[in-house]
Amino acid sequence: MRVVVLEDTVLLQEGLVRLLGGYGHETVAQLVTADGLIEAVEEHEPDLVIADVRLPPTFTDEGIQAAVALRTIRPSQPILILSQYVEERYASELLGGDASGLGYLLKERVADVKDFIDACIRVAEGGTVLDPEVVAQLLARRRREPLDMLTAREREVLSLMAEGRSNVGIARKLVISEGAVEKHISSVFAKLGLTATVTEHRRVLAVLEHLRAT
Amino acid sequence: MGALFRPLIQARTWKQTLHLILDLPLGIAWFTFIVTGFSLGLGLIPLMFLGVAVAFATMQFVRVVSAIERARAGALLDAEIANPFVPLSDIDGRWQRLKAVLTDAALWKGVVYCIVMLPIGIFTFTMAITLWSIAFGGITFPFWGWNDNWVGDDGGPSGWGRAGILAGSFAVGVLFLIITPWAVRGLAAMCRGLIRGLLGADPNAQLRQRVSQLEVSKSASLDVAMAERTRIERDLHDGVQPRLVVAAMDLGLARERIESGGDTAEVSALIDRAQGETKQAIAELRELVRGIQPAVLTDRGLDAALSSLAARCPVPVTVHVNLDERPPAQVESAAYFIVAEALNNVAKHSEARHARVSVGRDDRTLRVEISDDGVGGARVEPGGGLSGLGDRVRAIEGEIRIASPVGGPTTILAELPCGS
Repeated sequence: MRVVVLEDTVLLQEGLVRLLGGYGHETVAQLVTADGLIEAVEEHEPDLVIADVRLPPTFTDEGIQAAVALRTIRPSQPILILSQYVEERYASELLGGDASGLGYLLKERVADVKDFIDACIRVAEGGTVLDPEVVAQLLARRRREPLDMLTAREREVLSLMAEGRSNVGIARKLVISEGAVEKHISSVFAKLGLTATVTEHRRVLAVLEHLRAT
Repeated sequence: MGALFRPLIQARTWKQTLHLILDLPLGIAWFTFIVTGFSLGLGLIPLMFLGVAVAFATMQFVRVVSAIERARAGALLDAEIANPFVPLSDIDGRWQRLKAVLTDAALWKGVVYCIVMLPIGIFTFTMAITLWSIAFGGITFPFWGWNDNWVGDDGGPSGWGRAGILAGSFAVGVLFLIITPWAVRGLAAMCRGLIRGLLGADPNAQLRQRVSQLEVSKSASLDVAMAERTRIERDLHDGVQPRLVVAAMDLGLARERIESGGDTAEVSALIDRAQGETKQAIAELRELVRGIQPAVLTDRGLDAALSSLAARCPVPVTVHVNLDERPPAQVESAAYFIVAEALNNVAKHSEARHARVSVGRDDRTLRVEISDDGVGGARVEPGGGLSGLGDRVRAIEGEIRIASPVGGPTTILAELPCGS
């Protein structure tokens, strides 16, 4: 996998490059501001862009803006946003259009090296990955609605699904059988009134759509 | 020539005349009321409490009189007169209030006004009526003076003599038509001065009041800042620091085990724990930073930030933010922390099933209301969450009202000035 890394903290940027390299992924460009992002992407055509949110010069939401701008020019460019904070509002802005090939994670998720690399690959392959914190915020909003009818286990499965995991991934994470996962998912879909779809990211979108619909 | 009579068609001449005429009935009313009120109060002194209560109520009514008279001056004399009174709601305790009332110079000046208004009212009323009567009587006399009604038994003058009198009175009428508006103007100026002097705010007192308000807001700001610093210090000291110490220690142990060729499983467990503590420290730092100034508030404003707060609250919260433009940063920040603190209380103490946050702006005030359907009984205690909330509001010279009867519901309303 060929990656462009946009991160203004040199320490963290070096760390990311090292981490990706350790799993055999090549960093083709390292940027510290959003300025040269589009040019770098046009030049290298990477499989994935990893971008921080707070960047010079204003240290507010340059990363989100750069991602949205990049996606208008290259709608299918996979981007993974890493942020010090995650907020549902940013997620909505980011995923406003086509959410395939987009990810939004807390920076500290990098610490779980294997999970992080998995997330990178899922986004690069066109999946959608959302941080559990964002999912929790979305779930919190709907607490009294049909989500109340979900069991604790079903809710866990829903969260993992929103993180873009496959049935196998969910089964491994929860240490249960794949069949059990399938059972939970169909139960969740039934309770939320969703029709089950095949592709992973569509599943996420269906869930998100439903959660946002309030 | 026309210029001489122009005042007759100017609205202010007639508004001022109306004011002078009203002086008498109102003067009688205020005088009667104040004399009756105080006599009754004094008479009831043997019944200690009742006497004091009547006198107190009388003093309170002076505020109403003052408001009416200031409004009358505003409408009829075009005089903007500032309210001299400190709202009683700002003062705690019954005796404090009584003391404040008895020592309030503005109130005593109001009492003086009620008394002097009677003779002054008699004077201005008489002057206004007399002057206008002479003016209009004089000029109209030639039209109704031809009959004999005004002539005495002796038949009076006749012919040219009578014509001379009629012409003379007409001339006097015209003269008074010219001078009466000026007299009215003078009398009105006197009334305006009287109302401004006795019922208006003393500029020095206004300044003193402003200074004391600023002192309150400054000390509240310092309290808020101090409480913040203490909280940050405690969070860092009790949370992040020990976690990092433990992580460093575990990593040190792990290295030692590796160097002494120890058990891989044990080393892996140590590293695992170090990583867990580090991640926990990062999460705590994130929360700490959010508590200082949340990024989403700076970037996206109150709506996004409050939605995020609501989502974190274990009690379901509906958020309504109705703002056309973003308020100044310090007001946004105060509003955010007021809601954060209030929702914190809702979650901890209210046993509410639902809470509601609404934010709106009218003119120069941002109104923040937080209500829940919980058990109520929230009290402001020193060092408690609600008192911190009050400090936040006072620091930006806002006002806060908390209604929380035992049994609920609880409503907190903060009004924060946002400039113009």
